[in-house]
Amino acid sequence: MKRLLVANRGEIAVRIIRAAKDLGIETVAVVSDADVDAAHARLAHSVVHIGPAPATKSYLVADALLAAARESGADAVHPGYGFLSERASFAAAVADAGLTFVGPEAAVIEQMGDKVRARQVAMAAGVATVPGTTDGVEDVAAAVTAAGEIGYPVMLKAAAGGGGRGIRVVASEAELTKAFPQASGEAASAFGDGRMYLERFVRSARHVEVQVLGDGTDAVHVFERECSLQRRRQKVVEEAPSPGIDEATRAGMTAAAVRLCREVGYRSAGTVEFLVDDATGEYFFIEMNTRIQVEHPVSEWISGIDLVAAQLRIAAGEPLSLRQEDVVARGHAIEFRICAEDPDKDFMPGPGRVERIELPGGPWVRTDTWLGPDSRVSPYYDSLVAKVIVWGDDRPTAIARSRRALDELVVQGVPTTTGLLLELLDQPWFGEARFDTGTLEEWLAERTAVAAGGAR
Amino acid sequence: MSRHEVLSPIPGVFYRRPDPASPEYAEPGQRIAADDTVGLVEVMKTFYPVQADVAGTLVGYVADGEVVVDAGQALLVIEVDA
Repeated sequence: MKRLLVANRGEIAVRIIRAAKDLGIETVAVVSDADVDAAHARLAHSVVHIGPAPATKSYLVADALLAAARESGADAVHPGYGFLSERASFAAAVADAGLTFVGPEAAVIEQMGDKVRARQVAMAAGVATVPGTTDGVEDVAAAVTAAGEIGYPVMLKAAAGGGGRGIRVVASEAELTKAFPQASGEAASAFGDGRMYLERFVRSARHVEVQVLGDGTDAVHVFERECSLQRRRQKVVEEAPSPGIDEATRAGMTAAAVRLCREVGYRSAGTVEFLVDDATGEYFFIEMNTRIQVEHPVSEWISGIDLVAAQLRIAAGEPLSLRQEDVVARGHAIEFRICAEDPDKDFMPGPGRVERIELPGGPWVRTDTWLGPDSRVSPYYDSLVAKVIVWGDDRPTAIARSRRALDELVVQGVPTTTGLLLELLDQPWFGEARFDTGTLEEWLAERTAVAAGGAR
Repeated sequence: MSRHEVLSPIPGVFYRRPDPASPEYAEPGQRIAADDTVGLVEVMKTFYPVQADVAGTLVGYVADGEVVVDAGQALLVIEVDA
């Protein structure tokens, strides 16, 4: 691998360019009209313009990216996260063009991208999935039988659906008998398929995910991350290790993730996501992400492994140089996502020009960002402008240092979520790690109600 | 009768139609209710519906679709009911 095209923008493009430079690989950035002066364009060895500002006309156009790779003489393509990173057809097109795709093979992306197939692969690897039906259920009688075996409450999901649409939770046979025909009818009219899946509904769940590295033959885990603090299914704060699981759960979950990687011959960095039932301590596979993730730095910090560099080495054909016993976790890391949104105006995004910026520094503080003085936060892309990642010997130390780091962060010209994150750090439930996937939204709702009461 | 300009509530990309395959929200001469959605502004992957806020008849859109607009920029004009 001599010259790498980074098929992305923002902080992840900057992150990939830095890792590639550390390995002595030349870098090519791609830019839309909106990003001509962006940080990733400034840092790369060369830049190719790929189209207008809307992502659908630039960063999401596979042909434009392949043309950029040809034009720049790149021999490899890193997709980053989002955009085309988990599109099997793009991985295949890159390979067909004779270039190295930094990620798993197209067939593996496709397999893990299909929830039903991913679930089957997990079961074949002996990895627990949320108890439920393996095939779509067509009528009420079959649903009642299945729910009896799964145990109430159960979740009804359209077999052909996706993106959380048409999900119903029922607590009893009577509710199921009433809800099934409605849900199935809706699924039939929306998707042309009335079959439903039934799954156990986990009332209080944590989202814990295992970072993995595989070379197609062998695989290792780089411990887990806790990502339960979410708003509208978007992660807000992530930490490693998870403060919500015990050693036995950690050992079982990480081993399960490695088994799954071996089962599919996984080759790259990836993440195996689990739902942990807070009441019983059981963990269930939900899905696998076949790309580098936003929150990868917390795993890097506790392990000392550069995951993007590892990803590039694997893509270049090197076997894993790590054995599991070489992967040792030390201390505690927390990542805060800084978004250009106003938490006091229902998180309304605020594009604009950055007038002043001061990034946190000092020991054990890392800021991954594309922001600089005069940066333009464009309305065309997502609102993530920076990630502040903090390390400490233990969780309380990391939290104390997080306050210091977030206090140092100054961004003027666009709104940010920094103040809200500082407030979150002071919540007792955060300090005590008493939270599940619903906690952040409950807190935000309370916060809004208190603000409305105070204004009266 | 008076003319009312519907302004963009936020900076972003203005859309005259709910999705690329659908017709525009309203045509000139069409009756509009105050709570009708007459456009969308997309800002950083979030879509904000734009409401007419007045009842009347659409004179026409003044902002092109799929272009960046500023907060407070006129998007369309409505002839308000007397």
